[in-house]
Amino acid sequence: MKLTAEEAAILAGHRGKPARRALEMQIATGEFFGAEEMVPVTSAHLTGDAESMGDAGLAFVEELAREGARFVVPTTTNSRNVDFACYRELGQPEEVARKEQRLRELVVTMGAIPLDSCTNYQSICQPRFGEHLAWGDTGTVIWANAVAGARSNFEGGPASYAAALTGRVPAYGMHLPECRLGTHLVELRDQPRSASDWGALGCLVGRQLTNYWLVPVFTGLGVEPSADGLKQLGAALASYGSLAMFHLVGSTPEARTLEDAFGGRPPRGRIVVEPGDLQRAYRSFVAERAEVDLVVFGTPHLSIFEVRQLAGLLDGRRVHRRTMLLLTTSAEVKALADRLGYTRTIEAAGGRIAVGVCYYIMTPRELARRHGFRTIVTDSAKLANIIGGSGYNPIFRPTAECVDAAVTGRVAR
Amino acid sequence: MTADAAVVLTGHSGVGDPVEGEALVSPEGFSARYDLDRATGVIARESHALHGRSIAGKVFVCPVAKGGFATSWALLDLKARDLAPVAMLFGWANPVMVQGAVLAGVALMDRLRPDPMEVVRTGDWVRVDPKAGRVEVRRRS
Repeated sequence: MKLTAEEAAILAGHRGKPARRALEMQIATGEFFGAEEMVPVTSAHLTGDAESMGDAGLAFVEELAREGARFVVPTTTNSRNVDFACYRELGQPEEVARKEQRLRELVVTMGAIPLDSCTNYQSICQPRFGEHLAWGDTGTVIWANAVAGARSNFEGGPASYAAALTGRVPAYGMHLPECRLGTHLVELRDQPRSASDWGALGCLVGRQLTNYWLVPVFTGLGVEPSADGLKQLGAALASYGSLAMFHLVGSTPEARTLEDAFGGRPPRGRIVVEPGDLQRAYRSFVAERAEVDLVVFGTPHLSIFEVRQLAGLLDGRRVHRRTMLLLTTSAEVKALADRLGYTRTIEAAGGRIAVGVCYYIMTPRELARRHGFRTIVTDSAKLANIIGGSGYNPIFRPTAECVDAAVTGRVAR
Repeated sequence: MTADAAVVLTGHSGVGDPVEGEALVSPEGFSARYDLDRATGVIARESHALHGRSIAGKVFVCPVAKGGFATSWALLDLKARDLAPVAMLFGWANPVMVQGAVLAGVALMDRLRPDPMEVVRTGDWVRVDPKAGRVEVRRRS
């Protein structure tokens, strides 16, 4: 890999041990993927929570801090394991909260803004066309690439720290125009009508394209995508397919035309979304039993529009005594929901809004053990995909059906 | 094939040091978050073809790397508790899996020819030399 004078200086240890170690890791990863150089980034989004990192990951960050690590680009943090205001009440382990507290101290010392959100792009970060980023959360990455036309690979936990420390990333994958071109054509003959329908579409396509290096190109769109719809589509494609890019012809910036999206190359494959396919994506999640233990909204974090919709659906109703209703969002959206009265409506119905967390990293195995959770109903295609790995029976349904499930304590099988 | 004949796979340079071990072949993709109980190193997703099997100490062979950032941390923590695979061979790796292998010092290679999914079987003995871009497979007799 070709290194600039500054990169050579980092590698020689002139910017300290943490930056040197970070660059060594980046070069190893870059060479694996054939990168020829490093490219400067304008921000990093850290993905690391105490539970995902484990004690070894936390020790890695402790060591960086001990060696005087400082982030050199604007750096934000992804969702955490616990909402410090309510983790005890929920029955999450004290030890995890303690580790999260420690991790927060470390990253703030290194210079991060503890945003604690997986929708940084809906709150405080505004990626722009052509900007190189080092974002870690897959949903944020695919959104930045596809919707904003910015450029980021999945810079996972240690890689996001490395990028924040060196201010650059290896130039491979989504940083290169040729890797961003479409590979597969998706013809829509069924139209998404809601944000969760976009998630259903992402589920359907992500199940068929399960490789980071594939890029779906959607055509035949007859509706205007909403910001929350694009959030759900991206999160689901990234979750089911490990995809980092998509194009919506006529909507997203690198797909003004079909030709534009494919760069003149023929598609390697074609997927047709037939009428009824989106409904079938929901119904592919089958309930083992009718009783619902838990209903969760907010993977990725809810926007204020989604919170308002939920407040409207819950107004004057009451969550079933056997069922827990949990919403997760950012501190910014929660503050707005408080001010606008949505929080009061949701809490009056028996729901709870947790801040800075996302259910699949909220020690879900511990919560299942403690509360006997098994059946979880959600309008997030991503959460339905991910939570099965933690011993749950996930049921993906449209938003209004999820609210009904919370109120009746039952879901149609 | 005779008992001693080895199949050789070649490809671009991978990450990590030379290692050897027994193969565990997954017919489907793999992610540390979606598929694994990271506390035990056992594949926990009930619908996964290798449900209940441990990846500890194995040369893990798999068509495609899946998943997000949890995967980039998981190998280091598994290795610290002696639960990591010794090597991973993918048809196609993704960034988070490679970042995780680099952090943990676990050998990882991808895009080998012939495709390991076609020539490696669970129980085979596999020598992996990432820097040389070379893998040797000895059939379990």
